[in-house]
Amino acid sequence: MTTLLPRAGARPPGRGPRTAARRRERLTALGMVSPAVLLLLVFFVIPVVLAFALAFTSARLISPTPAHFVGLRNFTLLFQDPVFFRSLLNTAVFAAVVVPVQAGLALALALLVNTKVGGTNFFRTVYFVPVVTSMVVISIVWMFLYQKTGLVNHLIDTFSLGHLHGPDWLNDPSTALPAIIFMSVWQGVGFHMVIWLSGLQTIPADLHEAAAIDGADRWARFRHVTWPGLRATRTFVLITITIDALRLFTQVNVMTQGGPLDSTTTVVYQAVHTGYDQQQTAYASAISLVFFVLVLAVSLVQRFLTREKD
Amino acid sequence: MRSKAKRLAATSVAIVTAATVLAGCSGSSGSGSGADGDTLTLWTHNAGNAAEYKVVQQIVDDFNASQGKYKVRIQAFPQGSYNDAVVAAASARKLPCILDADGPNVPNWAWGGYLAPLDMSGSETAVADQLPSTVGTYDDKLYAFGHYDVALTMFARKSVLQAHGIRIPTIDRPWTADEFTSALAALKASGTFEHPLEMGTGGSGEWWPYAYSPQLQSFGGDLVDRSDYKSAKGALDGPEAVAWATWFRSLVTDGYMAQKGGSSPNDDFLNGKSAIEWDGSWDAAKNAEKLGDDLAILPPVDFGQGPKIGGASWQWGMSATCGNKAGAQEYLKFSRKTQYFVDFAKATGTIPATAAASAQIPGYQPGGPYEVFTQEARKFAVVRPVTPAYPYVSSVFEKTAKDILAGADPKKALSQAADQIDANLKSNNYYAG
Repeated sequence: MTTLLPRAGARPPGRGPRTAARRRERLTALGMVSPAVLLLLVFFVIPVVLAFALAFTSARLISPTPAHFVGLRNFTLLFQDPVFFRSLLNTAVFAAVVVPVQAGLALALALLVNTKVGGTNFFRTVYFVPVVTSMVVISIVWMFLYQKTGLVNHLIDTFSLGHLHGPDWLNDPSTALPAIIFMSVWQGVGFHMVIWLSGLQTIPADLHEAAAIDGADRWARFRHVTWPGLRATRTFVLITITIDALRLFTQVNVMTQGGPLDSTTTVVYQAVHTGYDQQQTAYASAISLVFFVLVLAVSLVQRFLTREKD
Repeated sequence: MRSKAKRLAATSVAIVTAATVLAGCSGSSGSGSGADGDTLTLWTHNAGNAAEYKVVQQIVDDFNASQGKYKVRIQAFPQGSYNDAVVAAASARKLPCILDADGPNVPNWAWGGYLAPLDMSGSETAVADQLPSTVGTYDDKLYAFGHYDVALTMFARKSVLQAHGIRIPTIDRPWTADEFTSALAALKASGTFEHPLEMGTGGSGEWWPYAYSPQLQSFGGDLVDRSDYKSAKGALDGPEAVAWATWFRSLVTDGYMAQKGGSSPNDDFLNGKSAIEWDGSWDAAKNAEKLGDDLAILPPVDFGQGPKIGGASWQWGMSATCGNKAGAQEYLKFSRKTQYFVDFAKATGTIPATAAASAQIPGYQPGGPYEVFTQEARKFAVVRPVTPAYPYVSSVFEKTAKDILAGADPKKALSQAADQIDANLKSNNYYAG
């Protein structure tokens, strides 16, 4: 982006054909940008502004009385709501586990399928299949796998020679969230593998060769060639996984509806549940607003930590 | 190049303007909706239910042919997204003239200004002749009526009950709580059934309050205090309610029932996985076909305050924004012929809302095998709380009941639920106005 600026600045301003050309360019730019701007306005900016405004009113999904301003009432209620704190905790736990595990696993897979042996294309495809499958479909299939008499428990039974019996994964408050985390990582790992892979392929092969000639072993080459070369990719993977993880909703909505005993409720799930099932539009808006602030804060911290230091 | 760019910009601007104008139009449309002159729109939830849909279509065709003035046009939705469609249409002031609503939602929709009061005088069937649970009233005004109702009931195999020495209960002498528990214990002890009781705990949504709040009521509790609908305290967290919750959880800890049942409970029962199934009258015909004379249709258990079942199924009403209310009422009156009560009940395997219709349906006539459902609906049916707060109450109850099954402390969970409902009632000014 920044490289374009000097060229534009070097141009002498406001003279003859150049002005006409610039006007034409501006018009083209306007034409090109307007569909995107319109979509962003209608489906992003307006809803966000509405949500912010609604959070301070008494709006309901169904109501004969118009919404009126109630100040911070929704927020006072929210900060006394034990389910909201449980949602925050679950969301934080989910993100704290998923971000490092999924990113690390994806990198390992990327390194594996980046080697020059036959059949890597096959494995790339296999790892990518869950990514192109709908999360709803995956959640339903895994619900069957996680049943008390499901495939997962059969495998545990078989491999432990009958010594271990798996729990009723999704109906036990202590295993429901870990079960969802495991499935989510399995589903998402392929996508980030591809991102890592694209990063790996931007690292020139001659760097590896030079390092090898200098006598660097595999680990040293990874540590001093591959890892620094993945700097930009790393930032991207980190931020996308974090935001994805914080938005956890579909799996919960399909598999557990926040239960058992609030062990899988998340901030987004709670917002949707209170907004639609319980018709409390204003309260749901307040949840969304708090969520927005939290995600923004996390992103800013990450941006700060991963900023270019030189 | 230049003209191309200009054209692109011009087109884009035109599209943006057009879109804005269109959006503006839909937002500011006039007071009436759902009718284009004398052509009325009708919405129904049964796009996925061919048998019931056919009856709606039949009535509409007959109505359109019976007179020349009005024309009714059907739009059918899948049940899963029907409520969302109605809510969305209402906020865009685009409700159809005629629509159906799930019974417990009628007060909420009437209060919210979606539905208009009805005057059904002069139709073939008098409203007073209907099963009370098939009539949707709010604030003493009629807002909706249904052609049928369903009844909760227990299914079992006579042979299985007899083999375990269990008395087959009747409407006049239903099982008591103790009898029920010893029946379950006997069935469990036989080792044939991992979980002898199937209550559909794998389901979700409205099934939970529909299926389990009657048991709570039989214990002596309720979802809210119905004397003024201003609090759930005492009703939902009193000692009777705690007794219910303790019993409900004990079904899981004693191994009588799965904490979360399978996704097709009725098939599990028919395949012999469970011995007793808490289910609805809609599965009666299928069960009778499979099991023949061995099928036992059992009345609900009496936990102290008499057996209870939920009342009210889908009902028809007219939107408050309807642009042609005379036409909509005309259609609704027309649909109240005994013939249509018969057709609906036959198509859906449900309980006809009138005695005149029952007499014409095999199995539901006096003495028929399904007459028990009509009796249950008359004697045991309790409609879900008639308050605009019901959707909220229902959602809180579902979550609380699930938590109780998962092992939450009954007293704590129930008093938290009652607090939440009270807070919601209060912050909505008790749904006044």
